[in-house]
Amino acid sequence: MTRRHAALFVRIAILTSLVALLEIGCRLGFIDTLTVIAPSDMVASMADQIRSGDLDASIVTTFSTILIAFALAVVLGTALGALIHRFARLRDVADPLLASYYSVPTFIFYPLLVALLGLGKAPLVVLGILSATPAVVISTLSGLDSVAPVLMKLARVHRLTPARTLTWIVLPAVMPHLFTGFKLALSYALIGVIAGEFILSGTGLGYAISYAYQSFDNRAMYGVMLFVLLVAVTANGILYVWEGRLARRRSRG
Amino acid sequence: MSELSFDNTQKLSARRHFRAFDAIVVVLLMLTLWQAIGSWTQGVAVSPPLPTLVYLAGLLGTPMFWAHAAATLEAFLLAFVLSALIGLLLGLIFGIRRFAGEVAEPILAGFYTIPKVTLYPVVLLLFGLGMSAKVAFGVMHGLVPMTLFTLGAVRNLPPVLVRTARVMRLSPGRTMRWILVPACLPDIVNGLRISFSLSLLGVLIGEMFSSQRGLGFLLVNGMAQHNVRLSTAVVTVIVVIAIAANTLMLRLDRRFARRSDTAG
Repeated sequence: MTRRHAALFVRIAILTSLVALLEIGCRLGFIDTLTVIAPSDMVASMADQIRSGDLDASIVTTFSTILIAFALAVVLGTALGALIHRFARLRDVADPLLASYYSVPTFIFYPLLVALLGLGKAPLVVLGILSATPAVVISTLSGLDSVAPVLMKLARVHRLTPARTLTWIVLPAVMPHLFTGFKLALSYALIGVIAGEFILSGTGLGYAISYAYQSFDNRAMYGVMLFVLLVAVTANGILYVWEGRLARRRSRG
Repeated sequence: MSELSFDNTQKLSARRHFRAFDAIVVVLLMLTLWQAIGSWTQGVAVSPPLPTLVYLAGLLGTPMFWAHAAATLEAFLLAFVLSALIGLLLGLIFGIRRFAGEVAEPILAGFYTIPKVTLYPVVLLLFGLGMSAKVAFGVMHGLVPMTLFTLGAVRNLPPVLVRTARVMRLSPGRTMRWILVPACLPDIVNGLRISFSLSLLGVLIGEMFSSQRGLGFLLVNGMAQHNVRLSTAVVTVIVVIAIAANTLMLRLDRRFARRSDTAG
């Protein structure tokens, strides 16, 4: 435990000193502020933009798109996973497809999706679903695989109805795997949607960054960038800690 | 439970029976879907399979296409080789120096899950437009998985192997050659596979955002000029290459995994 704390301490020390070095470098002019601005300026710019309400519309657009894509990916992915698990033949076909799915840069379909669905929320949602769903399918499959056969026999011995088997036996066993899948799905949806907005879109946080870059507004660009990264890191961090707690509670019995 | 995404693909293919008939059905289904989308939009958004393949055959004969393909290939190979070498080295260091590994791993894992696209303008400001920015962005994507896989492999090395090396008084170089590399090979191949597809993704995104050369540029440009056949053809080329490379490396991985099973 102390070792873990020591590692945490060193980690924080390294990250803080990197930020401090950047700050000093920018203030003393070693680093060209046309390239990178001082961290304190980034924070100030972020605070300004949030307070003035300039970002409100972008924030709403981006996060609603991410949430829609995430929710659909979870529903679709769990249903597909259950279906594939049910039929062995389907499984034999699906396994190699799933194994190579993430080697294809899904992102290259985005221009086609824009041409297909028009510029707006729809192609971004589809892009988010395309990048998040397979992670849910994979984790559903590995979760269902991990349900011990003896538990299913137990359910049969007790003559549980399918609904009760699901809530009392299958779900508790599958949940930790599903949680991992949902965590990945959220970060993939986030990456997909923001990348899409960044390359080709008229709204959202990703667009705000590329717009600021193209109009040479470094201060605004770094402010939005910091905001997006903070949100992403916080969301992933919360899920990571939560997942660790779930796993520990499970191992304790 | 807290493994990273790229871990869970490998658990899948434990039990697979390959059925040629089913594989053909799947391919036909995909082609039908492609055709359906193509005819539904009357070829305005996505061009159907047959015209695309005919167009692609013509495209492959033009020097213009090969110039763009060469630009992408050059950037990608540089990015991939750099990611692999630096990742291998960092992974070895973090795996051997346990404490450094404990400090670095959460930072690396955190970096893996953030949307790196948002950082591309910074890369452009640092490296300027052109080849080096694309390569740097590719390395940003490919480096972390390679490092994490190598780190995991070294850390999970059975202690008895390390002790054997010490008992036999192997030099560090020989320990690496005879113990470390063979024991870690399956994980390293897996890391290479993930690193391969992610550095390709990084390079392509870089080209799509701001570049005048490369397949990513060709794709976005085809879209901008309403040349649907061109963009569909480029997407087809990239998908085929990505799947072929991945399949090849999965095969390699399986061979190494089997060998280390029988040897151990």
